Amino acid sequence: MSSEKEPLFSAKNLKLLTVPLGSQNPITVQVLGICSALAVTAKLEPSIVMALSVVFVLVFANLIVSLIRNSIPSRIRIIVQLVVVAALVILVDQILKAFAYEVSQQLSVFVGLIITNCIIMGRLEAFALSNKPWPSVLDGIGNAAGYGLILIIVGFVRELFGSGTLSFPGIGTLNVIPAAFYEMGYVNNGFMILPPMALIVVGIIIWVQRSRDKSLVESN
Amino acid sequence: MDKQGNLYTFIYAAVMVIIVASTLALVSQGLKPLQARNEMVAKKTDILQSVNIASTNKNAEAKFEEVIGESSYIVNYKGEKVEGVAFDVDLAKEVRKPLEERLYPVYEARLEDGEVKYVLQFRGNGLWGPLWGYVSLDDDGETIYGATFGHKSETPGLGAEIANESFQAQFKGKEIFNSNGELVSVSVVKGGAPDDAMSAVDAVSGGTITSEGLENMLRNFFKGYEQFLNNIERERHE
Repeated sequence: MSSEKEPLFSAKNLKLLTVPLGSQNPITVQVLGICSALAVTAKLEPSIVMALSVVFVLVFANLIVSLIRNSIPSRIRIIVQLVVVAALVILVDQILKAFAYEVSQQLSVFVGLIITNCIIMGRLEAFALSNKPWPSVLDGIGNAAGYGLILIIVGFVRELFGSGTLSFPGIGTLNVIPAAFYEMGYVNNGFMILPPMALIVVGIIIWVQRSRDKSLVESN
Repeated sequence: MDKQGNLYTFIYAAVMVIIVASTLALVSQGLKPLQARNEMVAKKTDILQSVNIASTNKNAEAKFEEVIGESSYIVNYKGEKVEGVAFDVDLAKEVRKPLEERLYPVYEARLEDGEVKYVLQFRGNGLWGPLWGYVSLDDDGETIYGATFGHKSETPGLGAEIANESFQAQFKGKEIFNSNGELVSVSVVKGGAPDDAMSAVDAVSGGTITSEGLENMLRNFFKGYEQFLNNIERERHE
């Protein structure tokens, strides 16, 4: 036990929250969780719900693994982590089905996809296994938010230019491109809806981020 | 105890599995009634949607009672009514049987203006998983009054667009029999159906396999309902 009690939001702890949003972003810097970023971002609404679900799963997975970290036999630690994540994902799925049926209908397969999200296993292995519960929770929030942020940006761009709409959970779909534009000959870019455009949008975000923060650029 | 030893590892794994399994089983059992109710309400919402009545989670049951109530029944391939409760028919099971042996649920909706619509139920396969839907017909048994489709896991923005109102609205007024009285169902045409097509709608762009699946589903089940629909028409002429 450390003799001095660290404040809950010390500078070190706050960094756990903010660093994954920017210079250690799981998607744009560590290039993790790309597959789900491709799959769910054709519309904004599933992107937002996916982001929230990942926050929930990652925070609790980090917390639970951190709480039991000293008891886990190291030879089966990956299996233990998988069981924790899988159990949480099933819980999310069951709870959504009972209390937010429509959301669960929209997310359908994507909830299951959370299990395969490498960010979650990555954070458990890299952080929660060797840190105390509270920093682990913050690390979970930070990384899931960094992932969710990119997801929401990509979903926003793809839906806006691909379908001319924006959809929000609980609100529904809003037409944001005025009808007058279409009458003048504006056409939705159907290419935006296809998965490759998610990769290109992520690529553009990476480009913008690296041109603003030179420390991210690898030196040859 | 040695935390890296075999015994500890075995016990740890066993205890973990028991705890997780019983938690999940408890949650699943505890939430089942709520989930079952949600599914039932969603089904009623879908049926109402196919006769163009919007409803929410809260008022779906009351509206269903008002518009349809008890006037639903099951027909067979020959168009004869058979015993059973239409609402309990599980099309996921029926769809695996040959056309002639399936049970076909029919819901008779009585609208406010006194008109009767027949709601038929559909199920088929899309690209990634099952598709389903409800189509309502006018009392001539051939003009589509409304349609609603759902899917388990079609691609968002592509195949999933079949669940969009703008896609479903295309079905209104289409004829499923041609002028010779032959069943033609409704074609889902890639690249767009001609404006004056009586029995075709535009496919969703980028959702070719989903569109084909939808077309097959409609053709398949309309065939199953054909005798029933002929009977309706005959009764009307008598």
